[in-house]
Amino acid sequence: MTTSTLWLRANVIPVTVFVALFVIWELVCRTGVVQPWLLPAPSNIAIAVWDRRVLMSFHLLVTFTEVLGGFSLAILLGVPIAILITYSDLARKITYPVLLVFQSVPKVALAPLILLWLGYGMSSKIFVAAVTAFFPLVINTTAGLVSTPAEMLELACALKARQFDVFLKVRMPWALPYIVSGMKVAVTLSVIGAVVAEFVGSDTGLGFVILNASSTMNTPVVFGAMVLLSLLGMLFFYSIVGLEKLLCPWYMKAEQGSALQIAGSMS
Amino acid sequence: MRDLQEESPVPLITFNGVTVQFRGRHGMVVTALEQVDLAINEKEFVSIVGPSGCGKSTLLRLIACLIRPTAGDVHIKGRPLREPSSRIGIMFQQPVLLPWRSVLDNVLFPVELIHQPRAAFETTARELIQTVGLGGFDRAMPRELSGGMQQRVAICRALVYDPPVLLMDEPFAALDALTRDELGIELMRVTAQRDKTVVFVTHSITESILLSDRVVVMSARPGRIIDEIPIRLARPRSLDLVSTPEFGCYASQIRSRIAAAHGRLTTAGPELT
Repeated sequence: MTTSTLWLRANVIPVTVFVALFVIWELVCRTGVVQPWLLPAPSNIAIAVWDRRVLMSFHLLVTFTEVLGGFSLAILLGVPIAILITYSDLARKITYPVLLVFQSVPKVALAPLILLWLGYGMSSKIFVAAVTAFFPLVINTTAGLVSTPAEMLELACALKARQFDVFLKVRMPWALPYIVSGMKVAVTLSVIGAVVAEFVGSDTGLGFVILNASSTMNTPVVFGAMVLLSLLGMLFFYSIVGLEKLLCPWYMKAEQGSALQIAGSMS
Repeated sequence: MRDLQEESPVPLITFNGVTVQFRGRHGMVVTALEQVDLAINEKEFVSIVGPSGCGKSTLLRLIACLIRPTAGDVHIKGRPLREPSSRIGIMFQQPVLLPWRSVLDNVLFPVELIHQPRAAFETTARELIQTVGLGGFDRAMPRELSGGMQQRVAICRALVYDPPVLLMDEPFAALDALTRDELGIELMRVTAQRDKTVVFVTHSITESILLSDRVVVMSARPGRIIDEIPIRLARPRSLDLVSTPEFGCYASQIRSRIAAAHGRLTTAGPELT
């Protein structure tokens, strides 16, 4: 049996639900009960996107770059800050109150200000996406590093292990699953950040497409851009799920390991 | 087989008037150990028994140099203990294996930390894994092993770099009774073969008699040593020993010492078995 048929078997119910939803949606629109400019039929949306495929691809690529840039920047800033918070009391005392205050500001509200500072180009979008994604990364990474079991650290400490070795061989691997789950939240947030920044001021990107098309009541294009955005979010999310399988297979197997454990305890 | 009459004249580890105090919550000073004098000889198997919170683990942490005494000092081979060293192997109640490493890689973990070439220890590691009955599990991940098997891996990890001293903090307390006895016998065999000095903290009086050359009895907080009882039972020992009158004699002796320290005539609390 091929993997695709296996996948289909395991996901019969969700696939059926989605297909059914689209069929109902299409039928409702075809009967003319709903005005097409309020709710266009799925087929109309597909046609609208296909007709503008080159333009839509371009805007998709812009948003993709912004999300990827913002997400990467958030990791590059967030992980080192988390390490600093874990290791230095002083760093924790300095950064924690600042982080807390900053955290309570709705990041979306910062977008106009950031655009004012960084201009209307791509860098401001990347920055808004980064700021939005930053917190779950810092918090999860810190939680992971701090939660390293004391006995694991003592074990290394009793052997006079170098701090760097302890970090690299104990703390980081321990924190990795936490970091990855922070990344899952962060990547979704950075899509939101990028789109919000595009709303505030931009002439490219899918956020711009939505704003522009809705002002001319071109609803099929609005829906089309939305579909592309959710596909983009899913692409990022599942890339991280893949990364998780690659980086911490021991953690992924945690739930699946019980059968093996029973086999192990019998010997 | 070890001969009790031939103890080396200079003890390997000595505690001289060691007191350990912690600053607890609300700034209260908690005395974990008070005026402890103890000498542990080379190749001796010493068990430390006592009620919960009597500072048994603190004693081990002192030898591992994970904490410092508030007063007094600890010597190893006549030299004051200043920093942790690879002469000490350590085991906890939990196996504390690194879940992302295979059995073999877990056993070799200390070797990496003390910056020794891994290749030089790989044979030793495989032999140890074989010795504790885990042959063929080299590539297995900790998750795939039962609690007892994981603790066996921890024994290998503590022995792989051949430290002369083993510190064990209730290593079998989390295991079921059968596995516990089995591992105790196993540990005795492995450590006797390799001439190890073992300091073994336990809640179990039976376990302490079965395994040790000497049982150190401690009082509840602040922890003090109230008695040291040499166990003159021939080695190698087996589980059958537990039902002998001599064994029962030792057990009641230890139990009464603990009870006396508690100021009551009844037998010790339920946690001491």
